[in-house]
Amino acid sequence: MRNGSAFKRHLKLRKIKGGLFSTLFLGSTLVGTLVLIVLLADVLRDSAGWLDWQFLTSYPSRKPEEAGLLSAFFGSLWVMMFTALFSFPVGIGTAIYLEEYAPDNRLIRLIQMNISNLAGVPSIVYGLLGLSLFVQALALGRSILAGAMTLTLMSLPVIIIAAQEAIRSVPEAHRLGAFALGSTRWQVVRRIVLPSAFPGVLTGTILAMSRAIGEAAPIIAISALVYLTYIPTNPLDRFTVLPIQIFNWVSRPQEDFQHLAAAGIIVLLVVLLSMNAVAIFLRNRYQKRTEE
Amino acid sequence: MSGHRNTLKTTTGESAPSLGWVRKRPLEERLIKWALLVCALVSVFTTISIVVMLVVQAAGFFRQVSVLEFLTGTAWTPLFQPQNFGILPLVSGTLLTAGIAILVALPIGLASAIYLSEYAKDRVRRVLKPLLEILAGIPTVVYGYFALTFVTPLLRNIFPDMIVFNALSAGLVMGIMIIPMVSSLSEDAMIAVPRSLRNAAYGLGATRFEVATRVVMPAAISGVVAAFILALSRAIGETMIVAIAAGSTPKLTLNPLESIQTMTAYIVQVSLGETPHGTVEYYTIFAVGLLLFAMTLLMNLFGQWFVRRYREKY
Amino acid sequence: MANNSTSLEARKLELWYRNFQALRDISMAIPRNQITAIIGPSGCGKSSLLRCFNRMNDLIPGSRVKGEVLFDGRNIYAADVDPTEVRYRIGMVFQKPNPFPKSVFENVAFGPRVNGLADNLEEIVEHALQRAALWDEVKDRLHKSAMELSGGQQQRLCIARTLALEPEVILMDEPCSALDPVATLKIEDLMRTLAGEYSIVIVTHNMQQAARVSDMAAFMMMEQDRAGVLVEYGPTARLFTNPKDKRTEDYITGRFG
Repeated sequence: MRNGSAFKRHLKLRKIKGGLFSTLFLGSTLVGTLVLIVLLADVLRDSAGWLDWQFLTSYPSRKPEEAGLLSAFFGSLWVMMFTALFSFPVGIGTAIYLEEYAPDNRLIRLIQMNISNLAGVPSIVYGLLGLSLFVQALALGRSILAGAMTLTLMSLPVIIIAAQEAIRSVPEAHRLGAFALGSTRWQVVRRIVLPSAFPGVLTGTILAMSRAIGEAAPIIAISALVYLTYIPTNPLDRFTVLPIQIFNWVSRPQEDFQHLAAAGIIVLLVVLLSMNAVAIFLRNRYQKRTEE
Repeated sequence: MSGHRNTLKTTTGESAPSLGWVRKRPLEERLIKWALLVCALVSVFTTISIVVMLVVQAAGFFRQVSVLEFLTGTAWTPLFQPQNFGILPLVSGTLLTAGIAILVALPIGLASAIYLSEYAKDRVRRVLKPLLEILAGIPTVVYGYFALTFVTPLLRNIFPDMIVFNALSAGLVMGIMIIPMVSSLSEDAMIAVPRSLRNAAYGLGATRFEVATRVVMPAAISGVVAAFILALSRAIGETMIVAIAAGSTPKLTLNPLESIQTMTAYIVQVSLGETPHGTVEYYTIFAVGLLLFAMTLLMNLFGQWFVRRYREKY
Repeated sequence: MANNSTSLEARKLELWYRNFQALRDISMAIPRNQITAIIGPSGCGKSSLLRCFNRMNDLIPGSRVKGEVLFDGRNIYAADVDPTEVRYRIGMVFQKPNPFPKSVFENVAFGPRVNGLADNLEEIVEHALQRAALWDEVKDRLHKSAMELSGGQQQRLCIARTLALEPEVILMDEPCSALDPVATLKIEDLMRTLAGEYSIVIVTHNMQQAARVSDMAAFMMMEQDRAGVLVEYGPTARLFTNPKDKRTEDYITGRFG
């Protein structure tokens, strides 16, 4: 049965096949990176000469050379502020309840499954919900508040799941230690669980916010395309956000508006990258402190 | 650690006290518990309101158009006369772009999952994984721009008679967008395959490639199937790329070079047009939204069921 | 030193995991077609040594080997030797039964398939299962999942899986540690039957088992820096009745470990 030379020949083939495929696997892993580089280069090239002070400080205009994204930038800022304000406490509260308080029964498992499913609902459906519930039923109009509440519902599942993971990673021994010293459940949560879960919760929230800030679909359903030449001053004001402004410019046939879109994309990506950098910075800082 | 010790110390200090103090606590504890429960109920409320909202609003549509006509009609022209309310062209547009996306994302995502879980050294993985996360974090409107202004002109060099707005370009870019999702879900499933199985195969003289394809992949198959389903669901619900690059002409076709319209892009189109509230045109977006929600929900449930299956196996 | 009666031979073998030295200066000759047991307290490096014999340590990032392991007169760590071929000719059975989540048949056929011996698979599989004393128990469920077998059956399946490649050496890493006494006895009987045709090296924490099954025995220990060394190596009967080293005597009489 043993046939040394046949085995050797076969082994050589297997090695060649293995080598080819390992190159293919590596190549596939690099496809994403390659596209990322091409995408960034393309956007940078298209925006060259358009991303200037005038662009950052002007309102949208029919004339491309006078147009800017001031109102969209502040719109995004307003919406994000309220979204973070609503979604952080509710998200962390839900996670604490599910991890520290909830009994292990059918209902709770259903809530848990419901949260995973909400994370998979298309964002445009959240837009339809916001339109019916906040804009019309609660009569908030096409306002910042309606937009922020919609993005809150959309971001919650992501924040809850991240916060749950962070809370779960707190060692059980720490909790038992505190209980043994006569602490109540809330004292254990506030003094033991939250401090060490905080960096994870914060990172999850910032990442959810950076996803929300790039979302266009739900905001289109709520706010449509508006032509805003003022900075909103009140949460019930109409608003527009960066991705919508970009979408608006992309949708126009004239070449110059494509350049504006590219410049807007650079601004949006810079905002996203800084948020991610802050998340990484905070995580490292807090991690160091809790590990001391 | 020193911080923890301090907290514990104050806790002991507080918990040795008079009975009056102990009696006050349960009320505060109960209030907090109720407040947290209310937070948890927000997500339940969200689901209920999505379903109720879609059903109630879509009822406005189905009072005027029969369900049968909606689900089986082959023409979709609610915004023009004569109006037709057959959803099939939107469904075919959706499945066409999502199908192209999966054809791109599944092999590439799977191959990179194999690379990351079976081949890459720790140091390489620490560089590659964040890059994939960046790819996943790019806003979809940016991908839409990329599809329209970069990929489409490139493809038109190959297919000169391709239309500017087409399913192929949008589908390809959407595929790139969901690579990280396919890759990370599949990698999770592969990493969950016990070391001992790999060792057994290596011990029998298998090469790395054989271990990856004949042992790890089959053992992780339900996780890979889950990744496929969840990614498909994500592609079906994706909105901005198709709204920007795939066109707005609902067409019952499987030709990727044509301009089509997806369910999501239709909702965007109507949302932009300030269609008067209460008209049948207005209600169409909720009927389309309801079908979209039902499709993605079913796929997500199915996908999660698969994920649980492979978790339980070991 | 190596002659026809030697199957494997370690010469001045040293093993590191990054900066930690796991084995120091191990030299020993494994006799052909006999059973060699490696015993010693836990953490002394006996499993690491076993994995050096078929280059399984290659799979652990940061591991380095110095010295030689001679097999068929060649150093298996020489630059032109492919670890795949080493593992094909030197089989291994692991601590916990680890059948693939495939059918009984596919488990045994796995090795022949990947190594390109797929011509008369049915024959190979049946023969291997018979040699592993498992055929009668599984012949009616060849195409059912191997995960449904009992622990002892799974371990014999893993032995059959190794036998299907007709290896010259079988390395066994505490093969009975996860099994009950009855299943353990069956594996030990099987080892004795196989011993005439295969060189078997078994790592065990169980001294009675070593005494029962092995012809040769090696006793290993950790030094101060936790590196494993070979303390004493000789015929099993001699090592257990008349150890030359004080440390061996202390260990087998149960004074430590």
